[in-house]
Amino acid sequence: MKYIISTSIALIIVSAILAQSPAEIMQRIDDNMSADNRVIESSMTIHGRRNSRTITSISYSVGNEKSFTEYLSPAREKGTKMLKLDDRLWTYYPANDRTVQISGHMLRQSVMGSDLSYEDMMDDRKLTDVYSAEIEGDEQVEGRQMIILKLTAKVDDAAYYSRKLWVDKEYYLPVKEELYAKSGQLLKRTILSDFKKIEGRWYPMKLNFKDVLKQGKGTDWEIISIKFNTDIPEYLFSKAALKQ
Amino acid sequence: MLALKLAYKNILGAGLRTLLNVSVLSLAFVLIVFYNAMIDGWNRQGKIDTQEWEIGEGQFWHPDYNKFDIYSYREANQEIDANVQQLIDQNEVLPVLIQQATIYPQGRMQSIVLRGIPADQQLLKLPTKGLNMQEGICPAIIGKRMAKSTKLKTNDKVLLRWRDINGTYDAIELRIDTIFKCDVADVDNGQIYIDYHVMQKLMGMKNCATLLVSSNSELKDLDGWNYRSTDVLLKDLNDLTNSEKISGMVIQSILLMIALLAIFDTQVLSIFRRKREIGTYIALGLTRKQVVGIFTVEGGFHSILAAIVGAIYGIPLFIWINQTGLSIGEADMGITVAEVIYPFYSLQLILISIVLVVLSSTIVSYIPAHKIVKMKPTDALKGK
Repeated sequence: MKYIISTSIALIIVSAILAQSPAEIMQRIDDNMSADNRVIESSMTIHGRRNSRTITSISYSVGNEKSFTEYLSPAREKGTKMLKLDDRLWTYYPANDRTVQISGHMLRQSVMGSDLSYEDMMDDRKLTDVYSAEIEGDEQVEGRQMIILKLTAKVDDAAYYSRKLWVDKEYYLPVKEELYAKSGQLLKRTILSDFKKIEGRWYPMKLNFKDVLKQGKGTDWEIISIKFNTDIPEYLFSKAALKQ
Repeated sequence: MLALKLAYKNILGAGLRTLLNVSVLSLAFVLIVFYNAMIDGWNRQGKIDTQEWEIGEGQFWHPDYNKFDIYSYREANQEIDANVQQLIDQNEVLPVLIQQATIYPQGRMQSIVLRGIPADQQLLKLPTKGLNMQEGICPAIIGKRMAKSTKLKTNDKVLLRWRDINGTYDAIELRIDTIFKCDVADVDNGQIYIDYHVMQKLMGMKNCATLLVSSNSELKDLDGWNYRSTDVLLKDLNDLTNSEKISGMVIQSILLMIALLAIFDTQVLSIFRRKREIGTYIALGLTRKQVVGIFTVEGGFHSILAAIVGAIYGIPLFIWINQTGLSIGEADMGITVAEVIYPFYSLQLILISIVLVVLSSTIVSYIPAHKIVKMKPTDALKGK
């Protein structure tokens, strides 16, 4: 009898998950990953051909429009600040006390030689706003059940036309993400791991970004601390804050 | 006339001294002509090559296009209207679409400038015939500098990634159809050429162009496009060759000064040793100015002889170099310069060089000869 009940409960749970629409899964990922604002202290390790270097920074961002980043280490980068307002970016270099404005297209360049572009770092649009989804199937990765979600852009200005997500059924977070060009060519791969529950949501604390067209081990991004929906002073998102 | 006759006889009489002076001066003369002819030849070839490979008879730029700002390329394109289309059909202008893109040769990421140019064009020397799409693979042409920096060879395939008009990434594989040899660095360095129509399709920029290359020097105004004349487009090359001319002038001046110093010394020595001759001239009734004139002409005559001697060995040398050219090797300096430069000798260059050498040698001859004015005839006759 017990066996029948437990099997029935398991079946109900599985069928509930399976009954979820791709849009609902995407929404749950958004619920975990997106926030009105956030403050992240992180370290970025860029693996070069000969050596690797680690840069730590603290970022304050509000939605997709405003972002302020200050580099904390190494000594060479310490004090460098970046302010992004819409599609404009200013970088402040303390060594020569100069603020340089970088035009819109520059946002697509690599950040300090990493596998990430400025846009990749700052693009925080919700998946549900940009993509429509369909379930491609199930897969077991390292003993955990994954849903394979294929996203296709529903807006014209999506940076990546399609994405493929391996979504953990328990955390509703992707453990792996592949970004594709319009032609179907795989461009980038992200591996997400070390999921932690922070302020009621699951969030990946380690990410590896890899430009698959390039040689190398990619770029590791590790979150040291993260706060969601906190009070961020408005003055941070002004050019005056760069020199402070 | 008397001064010329005397100058001629005295110069020949001086023997080895004259030979030395004339040799150095003729060398300076030949080098001045040759160096300037080389710079003029480089400039002339550079202009011809730039026009044939890149700028035609001028260009019409999109108002936002800035050749030196790759970030301006994205927005700098506009739809071709009926008027421009008519000019394209009449082969009066050639549309070119320019965008920034990235290639991944051997797993390395490299930013490039992607240029779309009609495969059937004949206005520029670019070998665009191979750009027609074949079996779903997009052919591309690159220059030898680009081939060297990317280590790409003919028929190699390389992945091209770009952002379309909406900013969405796209990527295809290119096949290198032709590697062309071109002396214009701007046409080659960091540039990949594909078919204009294919590029429009890839970018989602239907019937758009960044610039129009003109084949008609009379065409100077097109609505919505900024005209750039050949003078404007060749300004950098002209500035570069002019600066080379100036730096060359320093070496030429040193050589000329050595020759002029030799003439100056010869004149000083002549006046010192020939005081009795000077006194005799004055005693015979020549005015001091006439005597100064004899010595000045004598000094200046070195330059005439130098021009003749220079012509004797210089002209055959110039003719030979003009036929074979002067190879400067395959060193890529990032500037428009041919591997073999053919000097260009203009009449203006030769005349200016002759006037410069004759005038300067006459001046340095006059300075010591001017002392004769202060001489007393009696002292001069005694050799004091």
